[in-house]
Amino acid sequence: MIHLDVSPPLLAIYIPLLGALLISLAGRWPNLRELVTLLTAGALLWVVAGMAPAVLAPDFWASFARAPALKIAEVLPGVWLELKVEPLGMLFALIAGGLWILNSVYSIGYMRGNHENNQTRFYVCFALAIASVMGLAFAGNLFTLFVFYEALTLTTYPLVAHKGTAEAIRSARTYLGILVVTSVCFLLAGIIGTYVFTGGDMTFRPGGVFTRALADGSLTAPAFGILFILYMYGIGKAALMPVHRWLPAAMVAPTPVSALLHAVAVVKAGVFTVLKVIVYVFGPAVLVRYGVGSWLIYVAGATILIASCIALFQDNLKRRLAYSTVSQLSYVIIAAALLSPLSITAAALHIAAHAFGKITLFFAAGSIYTAAHKTEISQLDGIGRRMPITMAAFTIGSLSMIGLPPTAGFVSKWYLLQATWETDAPFVLVVVILSTLLNAAYFLPIVYRAFFVAEPKHDVIPHLSSADGEFGDDTDPQHSHHGHAPHVVGPHGEAPWPIVVALSCTAAATIAFFFYSDLAIGLATQLRSGLP
Amino acid sequence: MLEAFEIIPNLPVLVVTVPLIGGVLTIAMGRGKGPWAWATLITGLVFYFTVLLMQQVLAAKTGYISYELGNWPRQWGIEYRVDALNAFILLTVAGVSFVTTLYAQKSVEKEIPQDRHNFFYAVWVLAVCGLLGITVTGDAFNVYVLLEISSLTVYALIAMGKDLNRQALTASLRYLILGSVGASFILLGIGYLLMVTGTLNMEDMHDRLAALPDAVHNRTVLVAFALLLVGLGMKMALFPLHMWLPKAYTYAPSAVSALLSATATKVGIYMAFRFLFTIFGVGFSFVAMPAHVVLSVAACAGILVTGVTAVRQTNLKRMLAYSSVGQLGYIVAGFALANVHGVAGSVIHIFNHAVMKGGLFMAAGAIMYRLGRCDLRSIRGLGKRMPLTMAAFVAGGLGLVGFPLTAGFISKWYLVQGALEAPHMWPVAAVVLVGSLLAVAYTWRVVEAAYFQEPEGESALVTEAPLSMVAPMWILIGASVYFGVSATFTGEISMRAAKSLLGGAP
Repeated sequence: MIHLDVSPPLLAIYIPLLGALLISLAGRWPNLRELVTLLTAGALLWVVAGMAPAVLAPDFWASFARAPALKIAEVLPGVWLELKVEPLGMLFALIAGGLWILNSVYSIGYMRGNHENNQTRFYVCFALAIASVMGLAFAGNLFTLFVFYEALTLTTYPLVAHKGTAEAIRSARTYLGILVVTSVCFLLAGIIGTYVFTGGDMTFRPGGVFTRALADGSLTAPAFGILFILYMYGIGKAALMPVHRWLPAAMVAPTPVSALLHAVAVVKAGVFTVLKVIVYVFGPAVLVRYGVGSWLIYVAGATILIASCIALFQDNLKRRLAYSTVSQLSYVIIAAALLSPLSITAAALHIAAHAFGKITLFFAAGSIYTAAHKTEISQLDGIGRRMPITMAAFTIGSLSMIGLPPTAGFVSKWYLLQATWETDAPFVLVVVILSTLLNAAYFLPIVYRAFFVAEPKHDVIPHLSSADGEFGDDTDPQHSHHGHAPHVVGPHGEAPWPIVVALSCTAAATIAFFFYSDLAIGLATQLRSGLP
Repeated sequence: MLEAFEIIPNLPVLVVTVPLIGGVLTIAMGRGKGPWAWATLITGLVFYFTVLLMQQVLAAKTGYISYELGNWPRQWGIEYRVDALNAFILLTVAGVSFVTTLYAQKSVEKEIPQDRHNFFYAVWVLAVCGLLGITVTGDAFNVYVLLEISSLTVYALIAMGKDLNRQALTASLRYLILGSVGASFILLGIGYLLMVTGTLNMEDMHDRLAALPDAVHNRTVLVAFALLLVGLGMKMALFPLHMWLPKAYTYAPSAVSALLSATATKVGIYMAFRFLFTIFGVGFSFVAMPAHVVLSVAACAGILVTGVTAVRQTNLKRMLAYSSVGQLGYIVAGFALANVHGVAGSVIHIFNHAVMKGGLFMAAGAIMYRLGRCDLRSIRGLGKRMPLTMAAFVAGGLGLVGFPLTAGFISKWYLVQGALEAPHMWPVAAVVLVGSLLAVAYTWRVVEAAYFQEPEGESALVTEAPLSMVAPMWILIGASVYFGVSATFTGEISMRAAKSLLGGAP
């Protein structure tokens, strides 16, 4: 049975789907096509933001259990595809929806500036990926979550393989391979196991679904522990080591993809799912009582440190950022694994806080590539003088990664440190301190190089703001230029204006989040107050 | 007397007699589009009958319809007996046959000489008749008779691919030899059962076997069981008895590959259901005899080995053929679990796989139609040239993988649930999941070639296949998506069929 309905959470899925359809129809007229993308993104944010007040209301949890889920289709007898809005999903949808607008502006500059092929397919898949993210954020049960989780993998695959070069196809294989193997072998097995043990109950509810099965002995503690492992490693998008390799592989994609999807939407979908499963399927209190979650702290801690160390040795800028993301994702996991109400808040906040800084860093990397065609950190000597706005934004992003005020990163780190003291977890404290030092060690040298090292001699050519000449003259998606062939060498200034505008906005947002984080903190606190 | 001319009470026999007579008459339909139009009419009519039959079965208080041919009591005559299980299989076989016949016109025009079209469609309709007959009958010997009708016609259909590639003849011969060996085993098995029970009616056979004081140590019964298991294994292409299948599906005319993949082996599995569950009974087959061990080991090995083999193929039809053997492994592994969800997964996958694989072979056939071949090299860049066909291929491939919201996912869900519920059978769940990863591997080679590689040579000039091919293809692929989003109907029918199979009486 299939229900058709146009309530807000469903609209949040339908709008990008409709957008994808219109984009594919408008493929022949690039300006119209881009306008459709921007309008779709705007409409989506409007719908998503409209749902926030209800979630923030003080009596939200009182009505949550009674409120019916929004049913879309009965897939199996008794198993519904259904949506239900809760604070964590609301936070995730707001971040993804909000940053999609900026990212679309950025994409226009980047895709045209680099003469990428197949731009229509790019924008269509992007919109489809956002639709999947919305479905994931508002999923009302495990089944729905899994459906959109897989849809997200599938719709982002063409974006990773976008360039169609041998390297892109190989990397996209790694991407798809790891994500599908983990989700099919572990996550799906865990979900069906949950279905079997709970007698068909897969609804998200604060405190978890296993209490009855554990109480009547049909689910033993070891089996409970195995289920937990299946989930944590089944959610490959959370990039817990050793299933993190797909993330650096995904860096072969055009930078807007790396920026929104592989720094925000897809990877956040992973840690969002981890957090959602811990809060709504297992229940932090139940995990503490059975003591099956403690290993996660150590694995996440190891991931944070090892990924940071690997990042230290990457010369390719995007790869360094990718390993930084792997490390930052485990911040969310380690916070969730502490299993205290405060640490759950910290985890939710870090999902938000990391997004602004990391998307700024990727925007900057793409800006450098578009203007200067440089991809390696060792080539960046003195680039800050040619691209002051880009590198200033990069600096702000770096400070946020390190967790220094006044940036977004400080807010979540504050909550995380509070949680470590509250739960008496010295290991986590040590990890956070070491990782802060490592973050500084692999970000600050880039900033130093850009601003304080002189440009190498042969590169010094009279400063021209020639980028605008390159931008906008090639809007044909079928154009024969290959995106990866550099055709501007030498004099360059800032990247095309859409890129600069987008990265200025996200950099400003990174700072603004430090001062005005009420909405995010409100949602994260609401999440905590729902716990029994 | 008038009763004999009404449709509703005579539905069980009409699904056999209409294609039987209609099939013979096809020869007289001239040389143009006549034979095709006639075949479409007959299969369409039969499809309509199976829909009515399904309604009747669902409405029947006893849960089944019994029809005695010529009003002879079942001790002497032939009884047709339709319950939820075979009504569902009949619907699947007739539905896919009808859609495939719609598809066949253009494809056959291109692949088979004009002067043989009337024979082709005659044999085609008779093959459908045999397959439907096996499914509808409740008489063990009648099963054999109709099995021979379907087998002989299928050998002929495969051999008709000779104008495209001479290998079709050896493929047909190989199937003829192996298929005849299998059919002989089945005949011997039925004969031994007749010796012991003195009846050919399936229900009576079951009752008398159950009444036998020591069936488990009765040599005749044991030999019959072994013969039937091997014979059926051959017919349903159970690994490692599948050797006839890949070549046959690769070199048969495209429409024939689509028809066979969706119906022929499925009916073989239906026979296994009847013999193992209805005649011998769960207690004998899966408790006293280790059929579940033999079958699940063979099925799991098949899933893994043919999955790996499929990844190494460059010809799309051959790749799909190996994939079929693996998918049949899912079905066998499911009913070998002998619990409700396992058997239900098995039944539902018969339907799901039929629509998915039928659609996939149609897509491969559409590529054949335009390019004359369908290897990975020639489909490069085809995503832009034949967008509907390639999109159908991807959607069908995702179904084989078992991506959520495709029919394949529903099957996988039931099968894994069944495997987790059966004691000590969790490795089956693991194999089912690993098998779907192998499906990702072979499907993705097509995706990469069609969407991310540049076309070369003539492939750069082709256009989309004609609507008369694309539309039927999308009917099946659309069904596979629809029954992936909303599987309440198929799920309930399968659960009902599974419960009645496990409960003993159909």
